[in-house]
Amino acid sequence: MSMIDTVVRVLDTHGKLTTPAGSLAPDADLYAAGMTSHASVNVMLAVEDAFDIEFPDELLTKSTFCSIGAICSAVEGLLEAAA
Amino acid sequence: MTDVLAPTALDLARLEFRDELLASGLLVGTSVPGIYGRSGDFERVIAGLDRILGEAFAALDATVLRFPPVYPRADFERTDYIASFPDLSGIVSSFEDGDREHRELLAAREEGRAYEGWLKPADVVLTNAICHPLYATLEGTLPSGGGTYDLSGYGFRHEPSFDPMRLQSFRMREFVFVGTPDAAQLYRDTWLDTSVALLASLGLAVQAVPANDPFFGRAGKMLVSAQLRENLKVEIIVPLYGDLHEGTAIASANCQRDHLTHAFDIRTTDGEVAHGACVAFGMERTVLALVRTHGTDLEAWPVDVRALLGL
Repeated sequence: MSMIDTVVRVLDTHGKLTTPAGSLAPDADLYAAGMTSHASVNVMLAVEDAFDIEFPDELLTKSTFCSIGAICSAVEGLLEAAA
Repeated sequence: MTDVLAPTALDLARLEFRDELLASGLLVGTSVPGIYGRSGDFERVIAGLDRILGEAFAALDATVLRFPPVYPRADFERTDYIASFPDLSGIVSSFEDGDREHRELLAAREEGRAYEGWLKPADVVLTNAICHPLYATLEGTLPSGGGTYDLSGYGFRHEPSFDPMRLQSFRMREFVFVGTPDAAQLYRDTWLDTSVALLASLGLAVQAVPANDPFFGRAGKMLVSAQLRENLKVEIIVPLYGDLHEGTAIASANCQRDHLTHAFDIRTTDGEVAHGACVAFGMERTVLALVRTHGTDLEAWPVDVRALLGL
C-alpha cells in the first residue's frame, strides 16, 4: 500500500471527516473537512503506528496534520531521517 | 538514587505564602497537599465574592443550577476527560460484596496490605469541571436563542502541590452559554471584559492572557497547540510573586466550540450542533489572590474592597 493510501485509510478510520478522505485533494484542508482537534490526535497516533515512527514534539502541531500532503511530507521526512 | 532538585526562588515564595496562610488560620492544613480547611473569615470573602459575581452577571438572567461534587460515570464516559486528563481524574470506588469478602478486606487491612482490590468503581466520579454535569442534562434541542446557566460547586483535580493556589478540591462559579457558534464566541468575549473589570475593581492587578489546558502526554501537545492557535482559552491572571512568576490564573473564559455539545448531542433549533462558551471563576484562588494582594488581616484591606465584598 502506498504512503498516501495508508494516510487515507487512517483518515477514514480516525479523522471524523464528512467526506471520504480519498475524494479530497492532497492540499485540501482536513479541518475544514470536519476533522476536530481531538480527531487529529487519533490520526497522529494511528499514523505513527502505521509507519512505525514517532513524531518529535516540534511536529505535534495542527499544521503537520492539516492536509493529506502535509501528513505525507512529515512522514517522508521522518522515514528519511531514520533510514 | 535520583537527584533532588533544589527548590527555586518561586517554590520558596509559594511555600512562604502557604505558611503565612496557615499561620493566619485562613487555611487549615491536612496531611495531604492541596486539601485545606477554610476559616470563617475565608468564607466571608467567598460569600462576598459569590454575591458580587451574581450581581455582575445578573443581566444574563441565567438559569441557576447546582449539582453535587459527583456526577454519573456514564456521563463522564461521554466526555474525553480520561483521554485528555487521566492524571487529574478521580473515580469513586466502593464495596459491593458480602460478609465473606468484607472479612477478606479487613484481614488484608489488618496486615497492612492494600485492600483496593476488594473495591469496585461506583456509578459516580468526582466532578472535575462543574459544567460537565450541566451538559449531560442538555441532550436534545436547546430553546430558541440557546441557554444560559449559572453554576457553582466543587471541582476535583488530582494534582497534589505545596502551592497554595493549586488545590485538589475547590469551588468554581461558572456562567455557561450554549447556543449558535457566533453567539457563543460573542458571549465569551463580552463577559471576559466584564470579568476583568470586576476583578480589577477588587484591587487585583489582573491581566487577560491566551492559555491552554494541561492536556496529558504527547497527544496533549497537539491539543495545546490547537487551543492556543485558535485562541479558545483566555485566563485572567494575577501576579502574586513579583518578578518570579508572570501570574496565576484566577478565572478563565473559554470557547468550548462543539467539544461537549457534540459529546452530549446538544443542538440548536436549526438542527446544527450547538457551541458552548463559559466564564469561570476559581473561588478559592480569587480569595487567595486578594489575601496575597491586601494581606492576611481582612480588617486592613482597602475600604472600597471591603465595601464591595460586604466585609
